[in-house]
Parts: sequence; structure tokens; C-alpha cells
Amino acid sequence: MTEHVLTYMTFFPLAGMVAVLLLPSHKHDLIRWVAALFTVPPLLLAIWLYANFDRSNPGFQFVEHYAWIPAYNIDYFVGVDGVSISMVLLTALLCFLCIFASWGIDRAVKGYFALFLLLDTGMMGVFVALDFFLFYIFWEVMLLPMYFLIGIWGGPRREYAAIKFFLYTLFGSVLMLIAILALYFYSEPHTFDMTKLMAQHAKYGTEPLAVWPFNELGWGFQHAVWMALFIGFAIKIPAFPFHTWLPDAHVEAPTAISVILAGILLKMGTYGILRINYPMLPAATADLAYYFLAALGTFNIIYGALCAMAQKDLKKLVAYSSISHMGYVMLGMATFTPHGINGAVLQMFNHGTITAMLFLLVGVIYDRAHHRDIDGFGGLAAVMPVYTGVTAIAFFASMGLPGLSGFISEVLVLLGAWQKYQILTILGASGVILTAGYLLWTIQRIYLGQINEKYRTLPEINGRELFTLVPLGAIVIILGVYPHAVLDLLSASLNQLNQMVSGRA
Amino acid sequence: MDLNNLESLAFFYPEIVLTGTILLIALLDLVIENKKNLALVAVLGSFASLVATLELYGGSSGWLFHRMIVLDNFSLFFKVVSLIAVALVVWMSWDSKEVGSLNQGEYYTILLTSALAMILMAASSNLLMAYLSLELASLTSYILTGFLPHNRRSSEAALKYLIYGGVASGAMIYGMSWIYGMTGSLDYGRINEAFGQGQANNVALFIAFVLVLVGFGYKIVFVPFHMWSPDVYQGAPTPFTAFLSVGSNAAGVAMLIRFFFPGASRLADGGNWTATVAVEWPHALLFISMLTMTVGNLCALNQQNVKRLLAYSGIAHAGYVLMGLVVLSNDGLKAMLFYIVVYLVMNLGAFLVVMIVANATGREDLESYRGLAWRGAASLAACMAIFLFSLTGLPPLGGFAGKFFLFAAVIREGGEFFILALVAIVNSVISLYYYARIVKTMFLDAPEPNAPAVEVSPSSGTLLGVLTACTILFGVYFGPLLQYTNESLKFFIK
Repeated sequence: MTEHVLTYMTFFPLAGMVAVLLLPSHKHDLIRWVAALFTVPPLLLAIWLYANFDRSNPGFQFVEHYAWIPAYNIDYFVGVDGVSISMVLLTALLCFLCIFASWGIDRAVKGYFALFLLLDTGMMGVFVALDFFLFYIFWEVMLLPMYFLIGIWGGPRREYAAIKFFLYTLFGSVLMLIAILALYFYSEPHTFDMTKLMAQHAKYGTEPLAVWPFNELGWGFQHAVWMALFIGFAIKIPAFPFHTWLPDAHVEAPTAISVILAGILLKMGTYGILRINYPMLPAATADLAYYFLAALGTFNIIYGALCAMAQKDLKKLVAYSSISHMGYVMLGMATFTPHGINGAVLQMFNHGTITAMLFLLVGVIYDRAHHRDIDGFGGLAAVMPVYTGVTAIAFFASMGLPGLSGFISEVLVLLGAWQKYQILTILGASGVILTAGYLLWTIQRIYLGQINEKYRTLPEINGRELFTLVPLGAIVIILGVYPHAVLDLLSASLNQLNQMVSGRA
Repeated sequence: MDLNNLESLAFFYPEIVLTGTILLIALLDLVIENKKNLALVAVLGSFASLVATLELYGGSSGWLFHRMIVLDNFSLFFKVVSLIAVALVVWMSWDSKEVGSLNQGEYYTILLTSALAMILMAASSNLLMAYLSLELASLTSYILTGFLPHNRRSSEAALKYLIYGGVASGAMIYGMSWIYGMTGSLDYGRINEAFGQGQANNVALFIAFVLVLVGFGYKIVFVPFHMWSPDVYQGAPTPFTAFLSVGSNAAGVAMLIRFFFPGASRLADGGNWTATVAVEWPHALLFISMLTMTVGNLCALNQQNVKRLLAYSGIAHAGYVLMGLVVLSNDGLKAMLFYIVVYLVMNLGAFLVVMIVANATGREDLESYRGLAWRGAASLAACMAIFLFSLTGLPPLGGFAGKFFLFAAVIREGGEFFILALVAIVNSVISLYYYARIVKTMFLDAPEPNAPAVEVSPSSGTLLGVLTACTILFGVYFGPLLQYTNESLKFFIK
């Protein structure tokens, strides 16, 4: 059992999809429970993984390696290390919780849960795959269910949002495919094995290519591949200027899917950069990520925060806040310091939990009031005190209040950044103030002040909703006090990764 | 080996079996009451011929009929493809209302004749034989395109097809006459020798190649010889359109490869070919490939008729397939063969769905797909989505594996071929838009209240299941197919 733990985690949901498809489509509750049942084993295995993960080993653990298509050296190769372990845990947790957040779906229930479980497999697969071909397949497998989940069960502009998301991401991923193939043919013997590709990183040329525009930029083969991969990942993060799909997709998607989008899918962009760009193309990383990535991250922080401040729709506000918070991840990665890079990955995990809470909370209020207009509420604290309390935790964590998890990761990122880019650090830190600005302003408009008579009788948050929120809230508080619970998992691998690139910057 | 007419018959029995079936159907048509049973005969006949072909596969290779026809793994591969295509199309025709209203005896006779012609196209090693088999394939296609009685579109399409085809094949045979004039032979092997000695005039060669390319371009549907295809696809009976899109295209590709590779190139070490003629045809085809995929995809964006949309998508796919040719490597050719098999499966699947929907609603426009998933045909819509996403090239479906190997072959060459790869990428993204538009109509739009329910008959349902399973299988486990296509790239040259 234990030697195949990652395979089980990845394919249990797929088995669940088959099981759901076999059920009669009118038995909604049965379908929901079966779907929930199939997300439990990955969660339990994730807990087991957490307990048994060797924190001092920077290499890959729980590795499984089988030949798949030998003619092209394509393998089934999975494993986790410090870069991916936190994402694997996050995926298992959020997928389990999101099944319960989807309980209210009552249209084509069978299709919804089947696609959801397929999405689960795709996401898990991306984080554990160590074969480039396998990685790409999982990466694309996520797209299809996402398209349908937004397009069928989404809000009024769902069709536009779904196809926009699909086209953006497909563009990024085919660009990535070209880069993957280029690396494959550059390696000797040709391989898709990520560990082997990392081991021969010195082979990828950095001499400027003779073709325009590469000769002007001084870019070699390695830089061109880096950029192709980076654009593919930047669309997912999403980094400015590729971010425009995000507000549409987040706002139109049903609650649970917004949670998955913000909580997990966005992380794939930064994960990809850390997993692939950094160790495989360290020289290009040193040249291109230095300053460029940091500046892009800082811009994201401020731009996202300013956009969030201007929103009237609560969900859109949370969506833009994601853009802003992902900026910290980029800034942290670009510092090439142990603080920065650990902070970046911790921020990925923290943002996953915090933003998941925020979207769930938006869903709670939307289910009751059927709108998300920030100015349309008022005084909700008196009507729904428990709900307001949970919201306060999430909002404060999001703005980086000490004692909650968001604070630790942001501070680590800024600590790391100060060592390299003082001006950007000042700008990035000012993003915290902007964040506090829009979040406090939102709290004031929705929860404080005059009670809106229309909503005097809104029912309080129910048990199922609390069930989805409490574990996340607990993690936010625990990590705020004891961040080592997660940092320990990461640091060995990340420090090794950091050494690879920082020597060159 | 180089066999005379009588000796050759021993290696010709797939064709003999098929011809026998054709004659048998024509005879049975006179006596059988239930004409539907003729489809059974046709399926059995093509199956028997397929078995015969597989018997020959991997065995001895050589010239047949005094170097008119060549027997090698490559030609056998295309025989297999054509026979599988025709068997599946006959299976598909079984349930088609359009075909049911026709004279089925004639329909199946001509359909199988068309398959026979395609088999011969892939095996020709002589310009005259190539031309004759191409003409046989074209003539049968004209007839079947115009086969719907009292249907203006069908008649219009047949006429357009005939005129286009006439001009194209005229140009082609004129070009062949130039080649004959320069080399003194119609035989590919001898033409190759003559080219190798460099005795031909370059300008004359250029003219000859352009003229021959017109003929190929019309058959495989390159831009700018694509104008006939949307009208013909729309007008012809749907099962025949399906056959045209996969069979005719594959046979054209086979002929093209045989003409350009054993005919006009020389195999060097390491699986790379070098052109023996001074005409820059690889770069010309590179340009045509980019143009073909771009024009096909852009025209498909706004189509309202699904058959017409698939016609333009077929043009785009012809452009993708050409990618494998221009790099002049065995890797590229193998990728082409692989793609042809995958395309066969997924495109036939898409046309099968079109046929099922047309049977139920009598329409082929996008509107008739509105809310298909909610009209009691959720699995049909899901299968269609799988075919369409496979055509887009998304993993884990067969279309992805196909595109992957084409991309791989192109990127391996590097240099100017990166531009081709980039153009192909942009095209993949464009194509997603129109394929997803059909998916959107089926799943995301609500059905109209009085839209007819779409039912799937058991036989179509089985075929649909088989094609869907193959589309997925070729995406997740394509090792065996890859091995088969790799083995199939064996030419008999001398």
C-alpha cells in the first residue's frame, strides 16, 4: 500500500468518477456521498504522507517509476519533495472540502461530481508527476473539466468566462509543449525524466542565438526555453498582463470551483516555475528572474490590490486579491534567498487556505442573498455573528495580521526581498497597506453599520458550511503561531534549490 | 523481386477479394429483397480483404505487374487504413437515413470501388498507375457526392467537384508528361535515378513539380486547391463525406509520400532524406502547410453547418499532416502515418455523431445541436466532445499523441522549422475555439422546448463506443500503434 501512496492519491478520484458515472442520475444524495467517499482516501493518505515525509531529505520521496512508452522514453514517474509536498496536501484537503461546498449543486449532479473528481485527479497528478510528458498530460487533463464546470454550472456570463479560461490556458500549455520537446531533443539520451533533465542543466546552451530577436537580447537556447515555459506558467499564476481571464473565471464559476481555481490552480503556475524553470534552467533563471520576476511580482501586488479596491462585487474583489497575493510568491521566488523562497512556497500554501475560505464565505452569503454587491449589505454582524466571526479570521489572515498564517509568509518574503531589492520591498510592503485598506473597507460596508432591513432575517451559517470552513480556519491559526508545521516540510528541498540558482545571480 | 502479371496475382489477393465482393454485391442487388443486407456483404468483403492484407504484412516485398505496383509495408499499411475506413463507413451507412433512401446496391458497389482505388493509389510505383488509380478514386467520388436524388446541394457539389477534379487531374497529368519527357520513364525508381544524375533542366523540373502538386493538393486538400471541399462535404451523403475525409485524404498522402520520397529523394544514414531534385519543394510545402492550417482554421471559425465546419477542420488537419513531410525525416513520416490512423478514428467518430443527429432532426446546422446533452443524448454529446477535443489535440486523447509526434519531428529539426511549430501552436488554439463552440452548443446552451429527442440505435451506439474507446486508447497507450506505424515505414526501392 505505502509504496504506491502517490498513485492511489492521484487515481482514487478517477475511480470515483467511474463509480459516479455508474450511479443512476436521479439519486442526487447518493452521488454526492459517493463522490465525498472517494476524496476521503486521498485525504487520509495525505495525512499519512505528512507524518511519514522525511523532512531532512531534499530529494524525491515515495517515488514510483515504470516504463510507459519505451520507444520515446516516456515513463510513469511520480514522487514528492519539499517543493510539491505542501501542494499535494493542499489539493487533497481542498478537494475533500469542496465536495461539501458543492452540496447545493442541483442541476446535472452526476455530471458535476464526475467532472469534479476528474479535475481532482488532474491536479494531484500535476503536483506528483516527475516525467515531463506525464506532467503535461495531467496539466491538460485539468482543462476539460474546468471548462465544463465553469461553463455549465457557472453564473450568467459563464460561457464567455469558460472559453476565455480555456483559450488562455491552452495557449500557455502548447507553448510549454514546444519547450518540453525542445528540452527533450536537447537531452542525451532523449528523455522526459525531469530529474535527468535537471541533472544535465549545464548542457543547455546560454550562448546568444544567431536569430533575431535573440541576438539583440543576448538570449541563448536556455533563455528561449525559459521564456516559453514562463509564459505558460505566468498565464496560470496569473501574472500581469496575462491575468484577465481570472476575474471572469472566478466570478462566474460556482463557489467550489472558485475555491479550486484560486486555491490550487493558481499555484500550479508558481509551482511549475519552481519545479521546472529553476532547477532545469538555472543559468537562464539567474539572468531572467533576477529583477524581472521580482518587479513583475511587485507590480502584481500593487496592481491587484488597487483593482480589488475598485470592485463592487465581493467575489471579484477576492479574485483580484488573489492576483495581489500571488505577487508575493513571485517576489519571494525571485529573491534567491532562503527566506524568500521558503516564504514564497509557504505563501502558496497559505494563500490556498485563506483564499479558499474567502471564496467559501462569499458563497455562503451569495446562497442567501443571491447577489454579491458589497454596497448592498450592511450590519450583517448583528444578523449573522458566527459567519462574521469566521469572515473576520479569513480577512485578517488575508491582510497579514500577526498571529495568522498570511503574516508569516509575507514577512518571510519581504525579509528575503530586502536583501536584494530594497525599493521593490518598500513597494511590496505598501501592498499590505492597500490590502488592509480594501479588506477593512469591505468589512465596514458589509458587516458593520446600519442593518439592511432586507436582510434582517438571513439565516445564520449552517453546519455543512462551517464544516468546510473550520478546518481551514484552524490551519490558518495554527500556521500563524507555529509555521514550522509546514516550513519543515519545505526547507530542505528549497534550500538546495536556492543554492543551485543563487550562486549565479 | 520483380514479378510478371501471373506471378503477381499471388500477392494481389486483397484486391482480388475486394473486387470479388464488389461484383458479388452488384449481382446480389438483383436478387436480394432487403437491400440492407448488402451492407453485411460489404463489411464481410472488406474484412476478408483486410485479413488477406494482414497476411501479407511484413512478408516479402517487391514489384508487381512489371513494376506497376509495389508491395511493401508502406503500401500494406495504407491498404489496412483504407479497408478499415471503408468497413467502418459501411457500418455507419447501415443506420443512415440518407443512405436508406438511395439505391443501396449501387451505393455499396461504388463505395467499395472507391476503396479499391485508394488501395491502388498507395501502391502505385508508376506515374501512369498512380494517375489511373487517382482517377478511379475521383470518378467514384463524383458519383457518390451527387448520389442524393432531388437534392440541389448534392448535385451542385458533384458538379463543382467534377470540374475542380477535372482541372486538377489535367494539370497533374500534364506535369507528369514533363517528367516523362525529362527522364524518359514513368517508373518511380528510374525517375529517381535520372534525377540523381542531374540531367533535368531546373526550370522544367520546377514547372513539372508545381503541376503535379496541383493534383496532390486537390486530393489532400491543400490551400489554394481547397475550394471544392466545403461544398462537397456539405452536399454528399454524410457517411460518404466521412469516407472522403479520412480515406481519400490518407490515400492522397500515401501517393504524395511515395512520389516525393522514394521518387524524388534519397535516404541517407540516420533516417534523414535528401532531395535529389534541385527544386526547393520542402520549403514550398512548408509554406503550403502553414497556409493550409491557417486558412482552414480561420474559415472554420464562423461556420454554422457542422459538416462544413468539419470540412474546414479537415483542411487544417491536412496542413498539420504536411508538417511531417517537410522535415524530410523518417521521424516526420512516421508521425504522419500515426496521425492518419488517429485522424481516421476521431474524424469518423465526429461524422458518426453528425449522422446520428441528422437522422433524428433532419438537420446538420449547429442549431440542431443546441442542448443535445439535455435531450436524452448525454453520452452521444460526451462522445462528440471527446472527438472534438481530440481533434483539437488535447491529452489524454489520440489527437494529442498524433500532434505530439508531428511537433516532435518538426522541433527536432530546429532552425526555420520552429516557425512552423509556432504557427501550428497558434492554430491549435484557434481550432479550440470552433471545436469548443460545438461543445458549448451541446452542453452549455439550453435545448429548445420542442427539439426532437435524439436516439442512438444499437449498431450506431456500438460503433460510437468503439471509436470513442480507440480515441482514448490511442491517447493513453499508443505504444503498440506507434510500433506498427514505425514498422510500416518501409519502402521497397530496389
